[in-house]
Amino acid sequence: MYKYDQYDQAIVDARVAEFSDQVRRRLAGDITEDQFKPLRLMNGLYLQLHAYMLRVAIPYGTLDSRQMRMLAHIARKYDRDYGHFTTRQNIQYNWIKLEDAPAILADLASVEMHAIQTSGNCIRNISSDQYAGAAADEVADPRPWAELLRQWSTFHPEFSYLPRKFKIAVIASDEDRAAMKLHDIGIQLVTRDGKLGAAFYVGGGMGRTPMVAPLIKDFVPIEDYLSYSEACLRVYNRYGRRDNIYKARIKILIHELGAAEYARQVEEEFAHVKTLGIDPPAAELERISAFFAPPAFDAGAPDSVDRSDPDFAVWLDQNVKPHKQPGYAIVNISLKPVGGIPGDASSAQIDVMADLAERYSFDELRVTHAQNIVLPHVAKRDLYAMWQALVEADLAAPNLDLISDAQKIAQRFADLDRQRTLGELKLKISGCINACGHHHAGHIGILGVDRKGTENYQLLLGGSGAEDTSLGKITGPGFDEDGIVDAVERVTDKYLELREGEERFLDTYRRVGFDPFKEAIYG
Amino acid sequence: MAELRFRNDEALEQPAVTLDGFLQQSNATAVRLEPDEDARLLIPHLDRLALVEIAFPKFRDGRGYSSARILREAGYRGELRAAGDVLVDQIAYMRRCGFDSFLPDAPLDAEAVQASLTFYDHAYQRAADTAVPVWKLRHG
Repeated sequence: MYKYDQYDQAIVDARVAEFSDQVRRRLAGDITEDQFKPLRLMNGLYLQLHAYMLRVAIPYGTLDSRQMRMLAHIARKYDRDYGHFTTRQNIQYNWIKLEDAPAILADLASVEMHAIQTSGNCIRNISSDQYAGAAADEVADPRPWAELLRQWSTFHPEFSYLPRKFKIAVIASDEDRAAMKLHDIGIQLVTRDGKLGAAFYVGGGMGRTPMVAPLIKDFVPIEDYLSYSEACLRVYNRYGRRDNIYKARIKILIHELGAAEYARQVEEEFAHVKTLGIDPPAAELERISAFFAPPAFDAGAPDSVDRSDPDFAVWLDQNVKPHKQPGYAIVNISLKPVGGIPGDASSAQIDVMADLAERYSFDELRVTHAQNIVLPHVAKRDLYAMWQALVEADLAAPNLDLISDAQKIAQRFADLDRQRTLGELKLKISGCINACGHHHAGHIGILGVDRKGTENYQLLLGGSGAEDTSLGKITGPGFDEDGIVDAVERVTDKYLELREGEERFLDTYRRVGFDPFKEAIYG
Repeated sequence: MAELRFRNDEALEQPAVTLDGFLQQSNATAVRLEPDEDARLLIPHLDRLALVEIAFPKFRDGRGYSSARILREAGYRGELRAAGDVLVDQIAYMRRCGFDSFLPDAPLDAEAVQASLTFYDHAYQRAADTAVPVWKLRHG
């Protein structure tokens, strides 16, 4: 875990003082709501119909139990006793009073947290692989590189009034667990001739116009990492469209210029930016990396697990993933129980997860872009005890990446054997056209839109946010609430009929194509 | 005349001409850049410029921040003015990008400006000002 030094702390404390002053001026009427808006947005504060919504940054999704407990405390003291973990590895509170915001930021600063740049047209919270430091397939731990970007992008004076928001993800393995190519910049750390470098994918995104980011440069030497990022941003800041909010993301610029032309312009800018000395020395990366050293694993920890409890075995097979250290495992806690809202957790549940992390996972937790919580380093001998504690807290839903998500669908598919017959099936549901639920990237995606007061659902098939990134295709006319559940069932029935061998839904879909499913749905 | 000026030299009285006008007119020493105009076109002429005024028709349009840095990075030392919809809470970032004078549409509260410039003792990244980035403070 990264720990603040005096500089990091001073900067976050200064932000609390600055924002308190801005709120004071707003409440006194010295600044208008229009002038206040960009300031509060850069502190993650949105004005909604009935209250303010505050989004708190969880840099690259990593936090410790002390920070997790603070999130519970804020939910209890300033909100309605729950928080909502988001697809951007953040947490949101929906019922905040403006006059409480400075006190909340002060509470967060006391545990090295903040809400800086969690909204607004600036570089947002950096996201990363939720299995970083625990997965066997990474070439390096991506988090020090994400932290380097966090610091570089924090209060970046040139890039705080970009055409639109800007999201960056950093991963370090071929398997993409962070939907990297659906970010404005997706960075994959790679090695070439024994040297570390970064592949830059630029111009991906979801929203109304989803696009998979093209590769802009296959190998940026690691000592040029920040200079190259700065060049990517400067070209965007200068030439990204500002005439239409729906065309202002970098994906549109790259789509209009072409990836090759954008890459050429970045290269030209980079040749200049590299002379400015903005890349920190290797010693800074070493300093940051030291905070992410592997925890003190017990080399003699037993590698076997007693599977005699059948309910435990179901959870084990679905929610527990292999760890690089023998005797350890990665535990996923699903925040999508049947009947619940994806990503919501009560203060009590947040506290339970903090306690479990402290006791069983070297005091570490991760928030995932699928809105679940990961305990990254759990000894296999502790899994059963931990699972029992999760059952107690109603946090043991064994449905990671299975088709149980939105409530009605979850009920229809509540029979777990049926879910497991269907296998890995990533269902993503968005409640609005802005794709906050990443419906384009679901193997099956659902977009709910309000049409003249009644809910209408569109169905999408064949998306993926993994290393085989693809965008889902809309099946046709939308459905009402019961209709969409029937349609999903027809799709899954068709899949079971057509599947060969161990094919996942996505594999079958890619093999047989769209038409058999369309036929099954609309007949 | 700028409302806020962070320079010790005499302010220039000559009005700023448009970029097109400047490129055609060899004796002008003050130029005004619109957000969509390329600051790099001025680089061959920096030694005869005393004032570059960068327009901010809307405070949300951040292109001028890049224009300012580009000019400073190219060695421009004359007055660099932000003019238009410039708000109190933008002055600190603009100072970091190299602006040293301000002509806002609406008058700024001097006390609020002063406060906004003193909140932060440190900056994480190198920019066009003299702030030493935190990584440099850490490692010398």
